[in-house]
Order: sequence, then structure tokens, then C-alpha cells
Amino acid sequence: MDTPYQSHINKNDFDYVYEPAEDSFLLIDALEKDLPYLKAKEPIFCLEVGSGSGIVVTAFGMAFPKTFCFSTDINFRACEMTLSTAIQNNVLLDVVNMNLVSCFVNNKFDVVIFNPPYVVTDTTECGGCGIEASWAGGVKGREVTDKLLDAIPKILSPNGAFYLLLIKDNIPLEVVQLMSKKGYKSETIITRQVRNEQQLVLKFYK
Amino acid sequence: MKLITHNMLTSKCLKGVLTGYPLAIKATNIKVNEVDFNPDFISRIIPKLDWEVLWKAADSIGHSEGLPQTIERNYDEDKEFLKKAHRVLLEVEVEEGYLTCPESGRQFPITKGIPNMLLTEAEVQ
Ligand SMILES: C[S@@+](CC[C@H](N)C(=O)[O-])C[C@H]1O[C@@H](n2cnc3c(N)ncnc32)[C@H](O)[C@@H]1O
Repeated sequence: MDTPYQSHINKNDFDYVYEPAEDSFLLIDALEKDLPYLKAKEPIFCLEVGSGSGIVVTAFGMAFPKTFCFSTDINFRACEMTLSTAIQNNVLLDVVNMNLVSCFVNNKFDVVIFNPPYVVTDTTECGGCGIEASWAGGVKGREVTDKLLDAIPKILSPNGAFYLLLIKDNIPLEVVQLMSKKGYKSETIITRQVRNEQQLVLKFYK
Repeated sequence: MKLITHNMLTSKCLKGVLTGYPLAIKATNIKVNEVDFNPDFISRIIPKLDWEVLWKAADSIGHSEGLPQTIERNYDEDKEFLKKAHRVLLEVEVEEGYLTCPESGRQFPITKGIPNMLLTEAEVQ
């Protein structure tokens, strides 16, 4: 998969929007690794939750010209940046400023992608809509992620797949068990050690 | 906001709202961008949509001209139809305006082409 062109972005905007980092690129690498599976699915609609700069969903859109991409972010400036990243790279995409997936009709998305705010913090730190929302994950770094997990059965299409980035502190095994209770199988697509963080991308599907 | 997105949005997460669908559109600024026409792409999208909702949305912002109210069985072979669907789904953009919940009347502003569907905690079910 190609890396989207980003030089249109004013560096100062990264004071307000999550700057693409190792986790963003690990997610892109995971999608690339799973390309044969994804291609066979012929996804019609893809959704990235919390798209930040838009780098991941735009990379997806570049690899899947016949898929229409959507993205949400709780941070309006991230929504603006995602839109401009998509346009600069000639990707068809629409953005909604939304809390996770709260305002979508049921079961439309064939692929859902999320790189959540995963850092372990106090509960009081999470729930904002500025730059802190890009990392503050509350207890176990899972408070935002767990809310999305609950919404997955309502948002994924019947044969949809969900890609989630986590770190070891998030206790991935617990996430796998939570999803298994909802009837989803899981697979670890890729793992990587980044400084003191063990990052991984999981895939969930029926 | 493209009309394809409007087709997928609901305000049902508002307290006391049952379906919250479809949202009414009020557009104060509409842009029409040229997007490469790909008939396969459009054909694949159509079964995923609520066509009646799309038609009404297009009509409410003055872009339903020539667009059939119902879909023919062999729509995927009708290039003229697919071109019209393409235009309404992907080329027409609501830049500024707002969406309105059909039940509660709650308005959601659209700014720079981005609908703001954020709710306060007190508003959610
Ligand atoms: C770790 S950043 C990832 C950004 C981008 N996807 C990437 O990989 O570079 C997490 C993103 O999720 C967004 N976010 C956090 N909480 C959210 C919520 N409740 N609903 C929607 N987006 C949220 C943040 O604003 C931020 O853009």
C-alpha cells in the first residue's frame, strides 16, 4: 500500500490533531499484510473511526478505488484534516464529526478501522474533543475502545471485518474475550515493539 | 457532506427518539464537484442505500431533476441512470447548512462540508 502524500499539511496543525506516528503506520502495514483477505471481500463501504490526520483511511482508499470511505472524529480539526488529506490524494471520502459511530444506521460497513486513544490515564482525562482525545484512554487505556466494541455488532455488515490497534497495557486478551462473547473470531495480524510500547493490530470477524 | 453520507445518518441516539431517520436537510451552500464516473462503483453502492431517502434528500436541495423516484430492475445496465445517481451521490456536496432530527427537531450544523453530530451527555439515550 502506498503512503498518502501529506506535505499539504501545515505542521502547526499537529498541535491540534494527532500526527501520524508508528501506530498509524503499523495499522497501514496490518491492512497491507491482510490485503488478499480484504481484496477478496470487495468492500463497498469502509469506515475509519477517529481518523485524525486521515492517513490510514486515505491509504485504504488509495488501495481500494472501488470502496467508498467514511471517517469520524470527535475533534473537528481532525475531520478537516482528514478531508483535505483524502482530497490531496484523490480519494473519495466523507467525514462526520461524531462520537465514535453513534449516528450511523445499522450494519452498513464492510471494513471498520480504529486506532484508539490507548494510553492508560485517569478517567477524568478522557472524553474531551481536542488533542488529548488522541491519546487519553482512561482505565487500562480502554475506556473509548470498549465503547466502540459494544457498537461493533450494530455497525459492521454481516460479513464485515474490524481492525483494531492496541498496546499490551490494554490487555488484548480481554478484548479478544469480550469480542468472542459477541460472536467474533479474532486474529493478530501484526505486532511491533516501539520503544517501551508493544503495539499490535487485531482483526475481528464472524 | 455528500448525499451518500446523509443516507447513513440517524439521530436515534438522542434521548426519546425512535428512528431519527431520515434527517431533513437545509442547505445554504451547495457545491458540485466533478468526480470520475465509475459505473461499477455506483452499481455496487445502490443496493446498500435507501433510494427513497436519497431521492427525497436530493429533491429537498433542488437536485432531483431527471432522477427516478424508484429503481428499475436492470438499473446496472442503464448508463444514463447511473450517471445521474453518480452525480447525486458523489458530486453534489452540502458545504454549509444543517440537518434536522425528524422527531425532536434538534439541529446538526454542517460546516465546511462536515456535519457536526456531537451530542451532550444529557441528550443521549
Ligand atoms: C491515536 S489517534 C489516531 C489518529 C489516526 N487514525 C492515526 O492512526 O494516525 C486517535 C484519534 O481518535 C479520535 N477520537 C478519540 N475519541 C474519539 C471518539 N469518542 N469518537 C471519535 N473519535 C475519537 C482522536 O481525536 C484521534 O484523532
